[in-house]
Amino acid sequence: MSAGSQDTKRKIKLTLPEEEIMSPGHVACLGCGASLGMRYALKALGHKTMMAIPACCWAVIDGPFPYSAAGVPIHHSAFETAASTAAGMTHALSQLGQDDVTTMAWAGDGGTFDIGLQALSGAAERNDNLIYVVYDNEAYMNTGIQRSSSTPHGAWTTTTPVNHYRKGQKKNIMEIMVAHRIPYAATANVAFPEDFIRKLQKAKEIKGMKFIHLYAPCPTGWKHATDKTIEIAKLATQTNTFPIYEVENGVYKINRKIKNPKPVAEYLQYQGRFRHLSDDEVAYIQSEVDKNWERLLKLEQAFGEE
Amino acid sequence: MDGDHACCEGALAAGCRFVAGYPITPSTAVVERFARRIPRVGGVFIQMEDELASSIAIQGAVWAGKKAMTVTSGPGYSLMMEHIGLAVMTECPCVFVNVQRGGPSTGLPTLPGQADMMQARWGSHGDYEIIALCPDSPQECFDFMIDAFNLSEQYRVPVMFMMDECIGHMIEKVTIPEADKIDVTPRNYTKLPPDQYLPFKPAENMVPEMVKAGDGYRIHVTGLTHDYRGYPVMSADCQEELVHRLVNKINRNEEKIRHIIATDIEDADVVVIAYGITARVAVDAIALARKQGVKVGLLRLVVVWPFPEAVIRDLANKGKALVMAEMNYGQIYYEVERCAQGKVPVLLAGHGGGDVHKTEAIAEKIVEANKCLS
Repeated sequence: MSAGSQDTKRKIKLTLPEEEIMSPGHVACLGCGASLGMRYALKALGHKTMMAIPACCWAVIDGPFPYSAAGVPIHHSAFETAASTAAGMTHALSQLGQDDVTTMAWAGDGGTFDIGLQALSGAAERNDNLIYVVYDNEAYMNTGIQRSSSTPHGAWTTTTPVNHYRKGQKKNIMEIMVAHRIPYAATANVAFPEDFIRKLQKAKEIKGMKFIHLYAPCPTGWKHATDKTIEIAKLATQTNTFPIYEVENGVYKINRKIKNPKPVAEYLQYQGRFRHLSDDEVAYIQSEVDKNWERLLKLEQAFGEE
Repeated sequence: MDGDHACCEGALAAGCRFVAGYPITPSTAVVERFARRIPRVGGVFIQMEDELASSIAIQGAVWAGKKAMTVTSGPGYSLMMEHIGLAVMTECPCVFVNVQRGGPSTGLPTLPGQADMMQARWGSHGDYEIIALCPDSPQECFDFMIDAFNLSEQYRVPVMFMMDECIGHMIEKVTIPEADKIDVTPRNYTKLPPDQYLPFKPAENMVPEMVKAGDGYRIHVTGLTHDYRGYPVMSADCQEELVHRLVNKINRNEEKIRHIIATDIEDADVVVIAYGITARVAVDAIALARKQGVKVGLLRLVVVWPFPEAVIRDLANKGKALVMAEMNYGQIYYEVERCAQGKVPVLLAGHGGGDVHKTEAIAEKIVEANKCLS
């Protein structure tokens, strides 16, 4: 049968934009969640995008110029300044009449939750017209796995060694950003690219500050097999450890409600960083996850769509 | 152990029990070791949210009564500048470790530099003097960290411990002596009762005595210009007295603080001046130049600030040509040139960082300096 036959040609329905803006040959570690995230982000936002990237894994992943992989202009800036750099870019673009160019700040959790929080808060308060994506791999991975305020309870890092593992919940960056009353804040997960891309495309159409908290596993820092990135990322949401939701003009919407959430232990078990945890600690983490989920449900009830 | 780890051990041996830090290559190994080690000796390591926080948390710990330090590299050091000024003004004894990398800005995170030397001296605004030390081996990272803490207590001044990436990551044998053989300067707490004590009234050595929170003294510590009581005084007279003392408590004690290591300089026609990793390369360069018949010696600066002006003047008066070898384009070089007062040739063997000097590059300058003499 001929290859072009109308009867047999299968139509593949693509759920993601087809064009690849980010090229292969970047220098991320095997199984890197953050590199997937960028690939999807650029598919969503297109060529007319400019980025500000502070010190973080992605300052390296892109590759040394001219061998850069991102395919759009990047301003590499100082650690604490992703949001401020992007603020300058977006205001200049606006003065130049280039309102069709999207400005995106793309920073890690250390550069967002910790050292970059002041700059982020400033941009949010001014409602600067930019998209800020934090790709959250829950520690300073670029300097070799030191804890950040996004590192979850129980995790090992080199500055929270096993005997003194991280205690306390990770900072809730979403609530901080929602409290700034910005037009759009959302969580996303590299395991659910359609959702992430939809959110970026929505953010692109909104004027003002948009914030996306992207969950991005790191096999190197989490000590998991490099082929488990997607599985672990899925489990993070399927166990309610990392819920997927958005807050648009103050209105909460949980995008993925899991009917029968899996136990958190299933999510923890694949990751060497949690290997030392006792059953009691795992039960505690489960109880905190449940509490956070209940709280989110209540927020949606109170501030969801009428 | 490597220099970063030895730096941590030296601080612990000096009595440091509070460390605030933030990850930055090539200094991260220091805080990683503290995270494991300091709880075992009853101390605390906190990973802060940035270098601003690190550099001020240590000052909180000092006023609460502990010895404290922070550690960073170029970009983080730049962020700490405001608080170095505060430590100078409030005469807060503490240690800032900078494992220097190539700069400016992000520069070369994993490769060495020695270009933060002027920043160490005057990176914060205002006029002041600090003390800066440069180790050239892991052993010295251990030994001189103890000196750094001792000097900070003696002079109530932030001490800059200026390592470089090579020294930080270099692995060598480090001998740690028995605890009772380590000379540790305790904090100079006052014996005066609260009604007679003035927190910023200098003693004979120009350095005021300290108290700590909870001892029943009511004191005021401020970054504003202040009098002996620590009360803010907005006047030129008070500014003159205070800043004059802050500068001179270091400068007038330069000879006591001085730490230089001179090798074969008595009969030398040419003297190479170097510090940190570059001093080690200079040793090879000197051997090379001596083979070519040049009488050359080495002056190693362990304490770079305050600068040993009298030593350089003396060398110049004796007619020795000087070669400054450093991993920058002339930071200490101009100090040497200033002190030589045009009496002898002063040559710079410098480069922008990223690698140690080529031995030949320093040797060529030695030969050239020797030719300038004749």
